[in-house]
Amino acid sequence: MKQPRLVVVGNGMAGIRTLEELLKLAPGMYDITVFGAEPYPNYNRILLSPVLAGEQDFDDIVLNPLSWYADNGITLHLGKQVTRIDRARRRVLAADGTEAAYDRLLLATGSLPFILPIPGKDLKGVIGYRDIDDTRTMIEAAKVKRRAVVIGGGLLGLEAANGLMLRGMEVTVVHLAGWLLERQLDPVAGAMLQASLEARGLQFRLDTSTSAIVGNEAGEVAAVRFSNGDEIPADLVVMAAGIRPNTALAQEAGIHCNRGIVVNDSLQTYDPRVYAVGECASHRGVAYGLVAPLFEQAKVCANHLATFGIGIYRGSTVSTKLKVTGIDLFSAGDFMGGDGAEEIVLSDPGAGLYRKLVIRGDRLVGACLYGDTSDGAWYFKQIKDGTAIGERRDTLAFGELAMGESGTAGQDRAAAMADADEVCGCNGVCKGTIVKAVREQGLFTVDEVKKHTKAASSCGSCTGLVEQILMNCLGSNFQETPKTKAICGCTDRTHGEVRQAIRDHHLVSHAQAYAFMEWRTPNGCATCRPAINYYMLSTWPREAIDDPQSRFINERAHANIQKDGTFSVVPQMKGGVTSPSELRRIADVAEKYKVRMVKVTGGQRIDLLGVKKEDLVDVWRDLGMKSGHAYGKSIRTVKTCVGSEFCRFGTQDSTRMGIELETMLANMWSPHKVKLAVSGCPRNCAESGIKDVGIIAVDSGWEIHVGGNGGIRTEVARFLCKVRTPEEVKEYTGAFLQLYREEAYYLDRTVHYIERVGLDYIRRKVVEDADNRRALYERLLFALEGLPDPWAERVAGAQAREYAPLAVGPAAPPARAIAATLED
Amino acid sequence: MDRIDAWLRVCAIEEIPVLGARVLRRGDGDDIALFRPAPDRVFALADRCPHKGGPLSQGIVAGDTVTCPLHGWNIQLDSGQACAPDVGCARRYPVQLRDGHVWLSLFALAGEEAHAASAAPAPEATA
Repeated sequence: MKQPRLVVVGNGMAGIRTLEELLKLAPGMYDITVFGAEPYPNYNRILLSPVLAGEQDFDDIVLNPLSWYADNGITLHLGKQVTRIDRARRRVLAADGTEAAYDRLLLATGSLPFILPIPGKDLKGVIGYRDIDDTRTMIEAAKVKRRAVVIGGGLLGLEAANGLMLRGMEVTVVHLAGWLLERQLDPVAGAMLQASLEARGLQFRLDTSTSAIVGNEAGEVAAVRFSNGDEIPADLVVMAAGIRPNTALAQEAGIHCNRGIVVNDSLQTYDPRVYAVGECASHRGVAYGLVAPLFEQAKVCANHLATFGIGIYRGSTVSTKLKVTGIDLFSAGDFMGGDGAEEIVLSDPGAGLYRKLVIRGDRLVGACLYGDTSDGAWYFKQIKDGTAIGERRDTLAFGELAMGESGTAGQDRAAAMADADEVCGCNGVCKGTIVKAVREQGLFTVDEVKKHTKAASSCGSCTGLVEQILMNCLGSNFQETPKTKAICGCTDRTHGEVRQAIRDHHLVSHAQAYAFMEWRTPNGCATCRPAINYYMLSTWPREAIDDPQSRFINERAHANIQKDGTFSVVPQMKGGVTSPSELRRIADVAEKYKVRMVKVTGGQRIDLLGVKKEDLVDVWRDLGMKSGHAYGKSIRTVKTCVGSEFCRFGTQDSTRMGIELETMLANMWSPHKVKLAVSGCPRNCAESGIKDVGIIAVDSGWEIHVGGNGGIRTEVARFLCKVRTPEEVKEYTGAFLQLYREEAYYLDRTVHYIERVGLDYIRRKVVEDADNRRALYERLLFALEGLPDPWAERVAGAQAREYAPLAVGPAAPPARAIAATLED
Repeated sequence: MDRIDAWLRVCAIEEIPVLGARVLRRGDGDDIALFRPAPDRVFALADRCPHKGGPLSQGIVAGDTVTCPLHGWNIQLDSGQACAPDVGCARRYPVQLRDGHVWLSLFALAGEEAHAASAAPAPEATA
């Protein structure tokens, strides 16, 4: 079948981003042609201001070099303006006569600067501020001319004014409204901004409308005249009084437009073959002028072009940030307030700080920050999530730190950090490296930063900090990581959807799962395969097929891989209790296999480090002990204290309780590792407070705490309930863990699962509903019953090939015979 | 073509799990990882990730790449190149599938020329 033809009109960020998304989803699906009116490849338009300010060069802001188009087989017509769409014959025509036929047409014509319809608007030296050519004109003008007037005190106007001033011009900003950035700031913050810009040397005329631009005999700008009769001299006039969606082409072709080209939730215009994205499009009555919504549109549009048809664009909440170095302001949502809205205002003009929060019905709906914007990302998230404020109202104005929610994520630290400060402790990435990558490589998302710098790609505890750095670098252009994310690039489905599909459609094998859920790859990837494997095993125990090739090496080899490719072996020691004969065997094995280190672990067991893979099975045979599962997303260990058996404070036999729990949970796979502890009294020597399930004995019974974690971010376990008997401890613990096994997403620890569903939900399912608790407990016992000890299985001969290296036999067959077969 | 006398039979194809790998131990020189991304396809790379020397043979094989078990670099099986944005290359060895057996040459391939040479006689599934 012939490749359908996709023609893109507009070689800017929206059009090309859509193509990038499309190529990710369906490479090679379309024969693609791009028309660009400017003679440059796709560049980062939002970085024109830093270029004007002399902070970056043109070369730095190119997003897709010409080679990108060639590599993707895209026909590129640069410097050719499309002047007509012939919808009947489905082709577009450019001014120079170039034609291109389409099956699908994507309009990404962007916007045009609004040029005031006043006398003198066509004089030499009157320009808009929109593209590379405008920027060049301004840079050239600044070299030879002295006085500039910028009409418009919005984001673009202030950035232009700042750039021209830095290049040595005397700049006056003329603004119609009573304060600067009236669409982004309230009057107070606007006045603070004005004071700060005036201190830098800019001049302002507010509440002023321009009536004419006065020229000289040579037809060049000479002055600007205002409606009150005043006149000021000017050698350059920059019109930055707003932008207009560029709809001329669509309008002439009879496509419905209002302010912009009207599109539906899949970015189609009234002609279903024609799509529109970016600043030229009008979606649900809104034409966006910022880059973040445009990227969201690109995703949905690409999804539709790839005929997946599952993306829906519902509009965007936007935030803005002024790209003037040294001035921090941020606003998002409905920051003006008004009818029915309440305001919390924190104002310290002396220190140059101002913060206004707008609340409607217990929800934060808008924020306007000046001076210190480090909490901007956090407020923006609150606005988008629509989180109820409740008791946090008292401290809301003081930002995230005051909420005590930051932990080690330290999201507010980013702005205060120096370039050399380390952000990612796992991979040794400092702030400067991230900022550089964001600027130079045009990164917009946390995922992109992860890929290019490795920051936040290991333990992930610095993700918040990376987000904050992105936010500081990009302002409104930052793209927040979506909350419900696809598992990986193989699918658009989320963990929740995949779990549901496996349950609803009884999927029990990988091939079946990938086919049914329409995976884009034939056999998944290293991210999704282990997840799918776990979901099937936990949903359909004794039925789903456990695929060793879909397990990480540790779970395939039942030992823990080390940096040099050797393994560590941790035999089971239930409750941390061992015996002289076990210790003797461990000692013998350590000597016989020349184990490089024998170490006591934090989980009260013994670790033999540096065992060669081919020795593993022999080591297990000689040990004659069970696997401690110290390597898996599985039950790890139950730590105990000595309890009432020996301890003078012990109230219950915690050691015995721990051993019983560890026996019950033997060989249990789970979404992530699961650690337990049992302490014999509230002194809590077994550290039950930081375990997935922590049991604390008291005189009258046992307290059960859940969701503790001693890892990346220390989390104190939360009290679930108190029970009386050891049998109840087992039932409640088992039921909680089964709920976690059935519902948590792969690689979520119990704390993350509880964060998602809430502790009340757990209480209802496990504590209050006795029938449900027993059913959960029984399902757990059913799933675990008869599971073999993996080491014993392998000592008996299972999976022998996994542990045996290949060797080349000494006698190679006649070489010439093979040569012959190779050459035919 | 005077290198061809170096072709060695390593194992029957069934001895390598589909979507898995086996490692060929060599006393002298690096170990070699043999990957089987599909029932009738085999690739051979030095068993050392270009990042920090991790044993690629222990990684998860998916599509035409293997993910290093140590730090998650993805290495393309056909070229030995790390997937972007990582940069690095694992040495490739010519490997052939004939009559259900895996044949390997210990002369490592280097550069584009060698790549083309190995690509020419595409592995055939005659088994």
